[in-house]
Amino acid sequence: MTKKEFTQLGKGLAFLSPWLFGFLTLTALPILMSLYYATSDYSLLQGPLHIGGENFNEMMAKAHPGGGHGDPDFWKSVKNTGYYALMALPAGMMVSFGLALLLNAKIKGQGIYRTIIFLPSLVPAVASAVLWGWIYNSKLGLINTLLRNLGMTNPPGWLTDPRWAMPSIAFMSLWGVGNTVVIYLAGLQDVPRELYEAAEIDGAGPVRRLFSVTIPMVSPVIFFNLIMAIIGTLQVFTVPMIMTEGKPDGATMFYTMALYENAFTYLKMGYASAMAWVQLLAVLALTGLAFWSSRKWVYYSTK
Amino acid sequence: MSKTSGDSIEAVGRKGGLEAWMVHLGLVLVCAGFMLPILWMVSTSLKTVEQTGEFPPHFVPAPVHPQNYQDVWNHKTFHFLLFARNTLIIAVLSVVGNCLASSLVAYGFSKIRFKGRGLLFALMLSTMMIPFPVLMVSLFTIFRWLGDHHMGQWLGTYKPLWVPAWFGSAFSIFLLRQFFMTIPDELSEAARIDGCSEFGIFWRIILPLAKPALVVVGLFTFMASWNDYLGPLVYIQNQDQYTLSLGLGAFQSQHGGPQNHYLMAASMLMIAPVLILFFLAQKTFIQGIATTGVKG
Repeated sequence: MTKKEFTQLGKGLAFLSPWLFGFLTLTALPILMSLYYATSDYSLLQGPLHIGGENFNEMMAKAHPGGGHGDPDFWKSVKNTGYYALMALPAGMMVSFGLALLLNAKIKGQGIYRTIIFLPSLVPAVASAVLWGWIYNSKLGLINTLLRNLGMTNPPGWLTDPRWAMPSIAFMSLWGVGNTVVIYLAGLQDVPRELYEAAEIDGAGPVRRLFSVTIPMVSPVIFFNLIMAIIGTLQVFTVPMIMTEGKPDGATMFYTMALYENAFTYLKMGYASAMAWVQLLAVLALTGLAFWSSRKWVYYSTK
Repeated sequence: MSKTSGDSIEAVGRKGGLEAWMVHLGLVLVCAGFMLPILWMVSTSLKTVEQTGEFPPHFVPAPVHPQNYQDVWNHKTFHFLLFARNTLIIAVLSVVGNCLASSLVAYGFSKIRFKGRGLLFALMLSTMMIPFPVLMVSLFTIFRWLGDHHMGQWLGTYKPLWVPAWFGSAFSIFLLRQFFMTIPDELSEAARIDGCSEFGIFWRIILPLAKPALVVVGLFTFMASWNDYLGPLVYIQNQDQYTLSLGLGAFQSQHGGPQNHYLMAASMLMIAPVLILFFLAQKTFIQGIATTGVKG
């Protein structure tokens, strides 16, 4: 390394120092600690005691007295979160993209439409959970009131019926797609006009133009939103914590809620850390899968 | 191109006619759906308990009952004024710290060439994928340890919620770095030849030019603090120190059901500052969100 390079390195690291310090103390160190706790029995009151893979064994493999293997609450929260993700993630991706297409049309009142669709995404998660809890109220809520007015005598208890609770939470998540819509809109506006004109001259209809021009051109944005959605979906916490507290019958016990309860209600900090590592690996595996698949469907135009 | 029969959405504006009306119809329906929950909240927040129990309910309460807002403003379990003050302290300290630290780091990532920069940048971006629960237990232990070792109390104070912001956040650094990249290097080169120090270039040349990006970062940081629930839930114990999120959450679990008129008024009060901020800085806000996704 030449002297010039050395001074440059010094300068660079000096500017990076706040982040470097934060990274080492508030990210790297906690991750290593967490890995240590994950292999320990740690109740916060008593220091961590190394127990190897016992937490993971208890979580996934050990024969359970009630039949089956592992911790039933863990598996339930995995299933619940997966079920939610299967509903909310594709629905969110499609609804936000569809809305962005509509909002991209050059029509009167475009600004007002955009504002209205964006606004709900500003509502703090706790407030929207409180609001939707009231909307879903089985006796006096907005939805069941409307259904009764339409002649339905016995509409379901959206948050009290185990079959409906999870779909209701997934449906509600669509209310907050505004953020994603704005990102798509910016992507759509970057698609060169000429491409549409050329496609039209070649006789491509609207559906063909959507699949052959629009989607390939905004595929990097779709990919970005997919990654963000994966990371966000696997961590859902606030809304079910406020709205249902995991009820009814554990049907809305999300992964992060189960983790939080283990850590701060039962003080099973070691077990909770093991759960956190499983969550981290799941995020990495799924985003890794998305990155791997992106070679096949994400198109980067070289500008 | 006028002879194509089916009109794509992107061409609707130029043609008008039936397709434009279809788009309008679709958007009006969707917007009605998006507005309905908010209108329902406003409506409930202006009702008495008896009015919320009426069937069928009246969308416009008669008579209107704005008293709820006054009740909630100083309610003994949901003390809006106190909780708003607490939240504001955390939010403001986070905004100031994050804007300063993140822009400093972003300058290093965009305007100084040094070995390993790309690698560190990739490392920083990858930290955005780490779920908070992975850090939660360890951070709790670290902050408890700091409190035990004469570093002053950490748990049960606001420190765990705002001090980390003073080391910058990956997301903000990324956003600011993207913005700094668009500022031509000639500007800083000229200043360097004039003998300006690196920090001087950052402080006197780049930072003033980055105001729009700083506003975006500031707004996002403010929103994140204002909305955060899990953080305060882990670190705050005392009810006097509750943030709005914690306060509203606790209010809900104590008073769900018959107190919906208060809950809605409280929610309205929590949302109002965010909406005001949005309307004051609408353009910046939207552009900020747009750039995060597109220039990645």
